[in-house]
Amino acid sequence: MDLERQFEQTVAADHRVEPRDWMPDGYRATLIRQIAQHAHSEIIGMQPEGNWISRAPSLRRKAVLLAKVQDEAGHGLYLYAAAETLGADRAELTEKLIEGRQKYSSIFNYPTLTYADVGVIGWLVDGAAICNQVPLCRTSYGPYARAMIRVCKEESFHQRQGYELLMTMMSGTRQQREMVQDSVNRWWWPSLMMFGPSDAESSNTEQSMVWRIKRHTNDELRQRFVDMSVPQAEKLGVTLPDPALVWNPDRGHHDFGEIDWTEFWQVVKGEGPCNAERIAHRRKAHEDGAWVREAATAYARKKEQAA
Amino acid sequence: MDNAYDGLTDAGEEKHWAFGTGFTAALAGVDRAIPDADRDSLTAYCLMLGDDALIYSQRLAEWCSRAPELEEDVALANIALDLLGQARLLLSRAAEIEGVGRDEDALAYLRDEREFRNVRLAEIDCGPGPGGDFGTTIARLLIFSTWRLAVFQRLVTSADPVLAAVAAKGIKELAYHRDHAAQWVLRLAGGTEYSRERIVAGLDRVWAFTEELFATHRVEAALPGIAVDPASARAEFDQVIDTVLNAAGLDRPQVKQVAALAGQAGRDGVHTAAMGFLLAELQHIARSMPGARW
Ligand SMILES: [Fe+2]
Ligand SMILES: [Fe+2]
Repeated sequence: MDLERQFEQTVAADHRVEPRDWMPDGYRATLIRQIAQHAHSEIIGMQPEGNWISRAPSLRRKAVLLAKVQDEAGHGLYLYAAAETLGADRAELTEKLIEGRQKYSSIFNYPTLTYADVGVIGWLVDGAAICNQVPLCRTSYGPYARAMIRVCKEESFHQRQGYELLMTMMSGTRQQREMVQDSVNRWWWPSLMMFGPSDAESSNTEQSMVWRIKRHTNDELRQRFVDMSVPQAEKLGVTLPDPALVWNPDRGHHDFGEIDWTEFWQVVKGEGPCNAERIAHRRKAHEDGAWVREAATAYARKKEQAA
Repeated sequence: MDNAYDGLTDAGEEKHWAFGTGFTAALAGVDRAIPDADRDSLTAYCLMLGDDALIYSQRLAEWCSRAPELEEDVALANIALDLLGQARLLLSRAAEIEGVGRDEDALAYLRDEREFRNVRLAEIDCGPGPGGDFGTTIARLLIFSTWRLAVFQRLVTSADPVLAAVAAKGIKELAYHRDHAAQWVLRLAGGTEYSRERIVAGLDRVWAFTEELFATHRVEAALPGIAVDPASARAEFDQVIDTVLNAAGLDRPQVKQVAALAGQAGRDGVHTAAMGFLLAELQHIARSMPGARW
């Protein structure tokens, strides 16, 4: 009981919980699930943009994109390492991912149709990720919070790169401007969905707030993202595809239309445009690489025995 | 937070914060004087070294999101990025010497297959596609980086200050690439019976393209004091490869070489069937949207 009170005080005082500290089973399980999903999202998130590395239309863009996708692999690594401090095993988490037993962010189940999508993903998807993740730099579990600080620095770099690509494209040909608008039309609503179900529907939020794993509700973060994105869209010269989007001086925020929750739940449940493809890609890489991992393990064991 | 977008609003003012403006950032302060030599040969020589790096980088990047382990995904992307960086410096230098207003992108995206001067080792499919696997990929990385490092070590004294600077920067990168490959050769050769078969098969496959790496080209012969004669790097290459193979308990591959066509190979724009498809993918967007800005 003492341990539990100590834990509650630590969390309530905004101090960090560290791996060796006592923690409730539910806290540990919630964190493992959240961190694993986050790690899986980074890894699956390599695919939609990775698809364009070979075709990037300038060498500078190719370098920027390859570096970005590589960063995402690095984010996955930091996060799996954070999950391991809670007793999870990376290999097991990977199995869960490719068997469809653990989720990842639904945004990556949408396809990338043109090179403008690389820019829009940077601007909106990395942007939404930043809104979600910056508060996690102060989350109650120390290793997770520290991983998020590194991740967030790089995510903001990604966002700037994406926005800069779009700015450049908007100053190009009419065809390019149309590509950007088309891409914004397709990614705006899925980006809003990245904040999860509305607060009324969100089952995990309340406990996570008490444990200071989460610090803002889904709807608060979504509102913040909308408020930030509107002036950026204006500066860019694109229209956000929501006729209900309007500044509300009374609230001091933008009002916006209702998310298509049917689509939201459909993609969450595995029936988005790319769910099967993303998992199949990950599974193939994992299975094709099995002999290499086995060789590395066998070699390390032999070395150890020889020493 | 709490504004996640702090710093974004000035994005328009700093247009090139991502990777600098290209070659000037990476080689800031380097003398860009063009040495007294045949311009066509010097341009061609920069293209040779640049195309090797560009085309091989394109191949390595195919592993992105497909590597056997996340750490390896990061490592291969790193190597691809290093080579892409070298390619940009060298193509920019080629454009500068050529002096007809082309830039690195015009050279990368708007030349046809017959104008590319990379060795064929750089372009063949060694996986993760149907043309190979991780073993073949590692075998090529060992051969390519050992060769290029030996050449670059001789290029640091080039009379072209830019080539010398590119080489000085590149040898640190290539030493890491070579070490990474050598570590994997040891692991695969000493891991399981299966992994040993795969690295042996991989070495056999890429070894067929080694003679081409050391054939002195007339462009290199025309640039004494500027270009490196690759034949001069052969002894060092052999010694390094033998050391690695010895440590791994492997024999040097005994395979037939892929011949040149009437004395011409990659350096003269005579490529393998894989090259056209590689370029089609690399150049497709840039070519299909003339006048676009990226
Ligand atoms: Fe990330
Ligand atoms: Fe990112």
